[in-house]
Amino acid sequence: MKLVLSWLADLAPLGDDVDALSRLMTSLGMQVEEVVAAGSTVDGVITARVLRTERHADAAKVHRVWVDGGDGIERHVWCGAFNMSPGDVIPLALPGTAMPDGRLIEPRPILGIESQGMLCSARELGLGDDHAGILIMPEGTPVGVPYGQALCLATEVVFDVDLTRNRPDCWGHLGVARDMAPRLGVELSPGPSPLTATGPVRTAPVELVDGERCPRFTTIVVSGVRVGPSPERIARRLQAAGMRSINNVVDASNYVMLELNQPNHAYDLDTLGGGGFRIRLARDGETMTTLDGTERTVTVDDLLICDALDVPIGIGGVMGGLHSEITDATTVVAFEVASFEQTAITRTMNRLNLRSEASGRFERGVDAHGIARAQARFVELLSESCSDLVVHAGAVDARHESLIPAERSTDVRISEVNRILGTALDAATVDALIAPIGYHRIALDGDIATVALPSWRTDSWAEIDVIEEVARHYGYDAIGLAVPNSTMHGRLSHVQQRRRLLRQLLLGLGLDEAITESFLHPDDLVRAHLPADAIRITNPLQADEDVLRPTMRPGMLRAIAFNESHRRSGVALFEIGRVYPPGDRTRDLPPEFEGLSVALAGCDASAAVAVWREVSGALGVGARVDQSQPPAGMHPTRSASLSIGKDVVGAVGEIHPDVLDAFGVSERVAWLEVDAGRLLAAVAKIAQWKATSRFPSTDLDLAFQVPDSVSAEKVDKAIRQAAGNLLVDLRLFDVYRGAGVDDGARSLGYRLRLQATDRTLTDTEIAVVRDKVIATVAKMGAVLRG
Amino acid sequence: MLDEVTVAREAGLGKVGSASTLAEIEALDIELLGKKGVFAGFKASLGRLGTVDEKKTAGQALNEASQSVAVALEARRGELARAARDVQLAAERLDLTEVLTPVTRGHAHLVTQAWERLEDVFIGLGFQVAEGPEVETDFYNFEALNMPRSHPARSGFDTLFTDYRDDGSVLLRTHTSPVQVRVMQTIEPPIYMVMPGRVFRRDTPDATHMPVFHQIEGLVIDRGITMAHLAGTIDAFTKAFFGGAFTSRLRPNYFPFTEPSAEFDIQRPDGSWIELGGCGMVHPNVLRAGGLDPEEWSGFAFGFGIDRMARERHGIDDIRDMYSNDIRFIEQF
Repeated sequence: MKLVLSWLADLAPLGDDVDALSRLMTSLGMQVEEVVAAGSTVDGVITARVLRTERHADAAKVHRVWVDGGDGIERHVWCGAFNMSPGDVIPLALPGTAMPDGRLIEPRPILGIESQGMLCSARELGLGDDHAGILIMPEGTPVGVPYGQALCLATEVVFDVDLTRNRPDCWGHLGVARDMAPRLGVELSPGPSPLTATGPVRTAPVELVDGERCPRFTTIVVSGVRVGPSPERIARRLQAAGMRSINNVVDASNYVMLELNQPNHAYDLDTLGGGGFRIRLARDGETMTTLDGTERTVTVDDLLICDALDVPIGIGGVMGGLHSEITDATTVVAFEVASFEQTAITRTMNRLNLRSEASGRFERGVDAHGIARAQARFVELLSESCSDLVVHAGAVDARHESLIPAERSTDVRISEVNRILGTALDAATVDALIAPIGYHRIALDGDIATVALPSWRTDSWAEIDVIEEVARHYGYDAIGLAVPNSTMHGRLSHVQQRRRLLRQLLLGLGLDEAITESFLHPDDLVRAHLPADAIRITNPLQADEDVLRPTMRPGMLRAIAFNESHRRSGVALFEIGRVYPPGDRTRDLPPEFEGLSVALAGCDASAAVAVWREVSGALGVGARVDQSQPPAGMHPTRSASLSIGKDVVGAVGEIHPDVLDAFGVSERVAWLEVDAGRLLAAVAKIAQWKATSRFPSTDLDLAFQVPDSVSAEKVDKAIRQAAGNLLVDLRLFDVYRGAGVDDGARSLGYRLRLQATDRTLTDTEIAVVRDKVIATVAKMGAVLRG
Repeated sequence: MLDEVTVAREAGLGKVGSASTLAEIEALDIELLGKKGVFAGFKASLGRLGTVDEKKTAGQALNEASQSVAVALEARRGELARAARDVQLAAERLDLTEVLTPVTRGHAHLVTQAWERLEDVFIGLGFQVAEGPEVETDFYNFEALNMPRSHPARSGFDTLFTDYRDDGSVLLRTHTSPVQVRVMQTIEPPIYMVMPGRVFRRDTPDATHMPVFHQIEGLVIDRGITMAHLAGTIDAFTKAFFGGAFTSRLRPNYFPFTEPSAEFDIQRPDGSWIELGGCGMVHPNVLRAGGLDPEEWSGFAFGFGIDRMARERHGIDDIRDMYSNDIRFIEQF
């Protein structure tokens, strides 16, 4: 919202300290984004003196003008207007100037002779509608200065303010002035005198068919209108506030909206069908052309303003139509101010994708009881340019029972004010803070103040809303600082602590942390050989990114492919993040869980298993590595599922080469994915102390030829079982396939460290263990190698 | 014999003196002082001497000679051992700036780094950390936060909806605030919680926006919590996180789920301001949605972006780089 300082100052004597006013607005919740000096000046346009003019034999519509821009250089300009004489001071737009209408001034040759700029009319500079000739400036105007400065154009200071939803009143200058005045210790200026009809009855009747959508619709009729330009002050302020000056009637209408936050409409009563209005819901498929020239198709949920002949002339609260607009011939105006149901306006705006100054205001909330002032102000403004203006008797005020009452109030406990704000205000202080902005105390009964809610604060209903007003006007800064007296101690939860442990472990293993995309392409899962069932985004930003990831696999593979394509092969990445499988869709929410994914480019499956072992060891959570059923999308002979009890909690191994091809990855990728939530939630057993033996240990190296069908894990278990308590460490230190070992088998070399806690082991004892181990693994088809 | 001993001693000392390797020393040790060495030979022939005096004199001379040779031998051995170690050390010289082993330390994501730093500061201020689902119901994301179906503020959240329910009531949470309500429903006050997490908006990615980003939310519910506690907590956080020379201010703003609501700004020591986030007193309707009686409990909430903390700390121009998973980016931090 653009707020014009001089306009605000008309409504309350706020002074002219722009910085102080900016700070005040911000401290009241109107955040000043920018303060600009808007005087409708165009950068690059300077004053210049006409030196001489000359016709060109081959140019009928333009002539040549030589000017001095104050630097003594003679400039040549082609000009289509002939109203200047040597010695006149005129505005010269230099090459490079961007004109308000979008034109860029360039040295443009005519008949081969360049024009070094452009002479400007008043309209071209946004100084009004005069386009009959070049703007001749008053005698004595200095040459070579910006034209705005030369004309002493009253540059308007404009605050560009970011307004919040709870301040509908600030969409009019009056609301802002009202909020600021008490903080500056000044009074609001009185409003216009109440309207008095001086003319005979002349009515623009209103038929309120669907009044619940339009609780109030008022009309007054004024005659004696002479359409023409607005007074300069009105035009300038409208322009400074970002609206175009059109004519005195339309400008007065817009001025009322920007001043009082009362959107309204002025109709030419003579061209209004049937001379009145009919307010009804649209019929499905009905069309009408709005003021912007677009044909709109409306629905039964949209409200139409129709003329008395039921021809649509506007979409209620959103935008008018092309009918019954004010023209130069207009002499009688029906001035309409209405109030519309807020939420329906939003629906219509969204459906038509149409925002207007009016609809934005109605959506936020317009004072349904500020209409009389709007009418009076319109007449007051129009009278400035129409001295014979007549206000006719016969004003119409059509109301529906859903109209919000003019008088609302709420009880406010002073103790509650202080309980929420941490203040020690008494009832009188509270009243003094909020009465000036319209929250008048009607009654006070002990702690309870009954406070009237101003009709322009359509956001204010409850006690807490009033407390917020007290806080704003007391000043957030004045509330002070305190720290709660809490006995709570800060800490991470069990899961959060273990998540940090997990992350530190992976970082220590040399893995980099990735955050891959949450949204996948529809074919990503198919390319990854994974089930395609997934939750979809129904309104995705990109149509091809509408799958909510049930796994991080596609994202991680893309990250590897990206790095490969940038000559960074062999990356090692992990991600800890939520994934969202659809589950069976019977629960309130999908079975979202926190996953861990590890991708080791250029590594084989054993690297992923090694990471899993570290993770499992650090978190104290084991899982069964089951190679019998390779997980989907993974290498069929180099992958295993991870299970805890009956639940599959993850997968480890390598990504299927077909999947790698599909994602454009050329290296092997070792892969680990696991339900991290489950690992983190688990409670690891607390390790109990075991005495370290003081007696010497003995190492026993045994190599077995083991058929490929028997897993090393099984051999490992068998050895542990056979060796019993004396085994303090078991290590697989060699795996060998090739000469000397049968096909379909491999050699597994184990080192057993044997030690007793109470004695030095004898050779006999060691031999017993050795024989027992060999005999046990032999049952699995493992043969001791020489 | 005395002369012979003297000669042998001189000869022995000469040999020891000219020995140039430890191996020669070991050989001389055997040759001169060994069981079958030169001096042992003399000792054996002592018995052949005539008188006791002669034996005594020759014995003394022999002892002196063998001892002087032994001392010389030990000294020379030490010298040579030192020299040999010096040679070894010199030969082992390494240029410690020639490092072939690749650096294998991993790098935590910048969001994680900022996230954990924030958590740690709030833990220091007495907060615990809560989390909630990222796929959320309309109830928790909007309705419980005082934004019923028709509330116009909903449109400002650019919500992404899912097909999980036919009625569109399951969506991607647009802020971490739904966790507030979940916490209120599950934990008896007093509540001192921060809630970091991933949030989603239907926002076109650009240098400062991502459709997926992270927020941290704070919630305090207790008896007698006031707006002064909110301002004091924000200020304590400001000093703990940014430094003692930073200050904070609140200015009025609007959020449906808090009232009074505020924006909080941080002032750098140089006087410039950072607009950090939103906060306010928890709205009575939100307390009710969380199952708490607003007459008994009061509280405040605040929230701000995590990604931006990382971006500003490291001077990152384009937030999209943070999510590129480009190893050349990750390795920088």
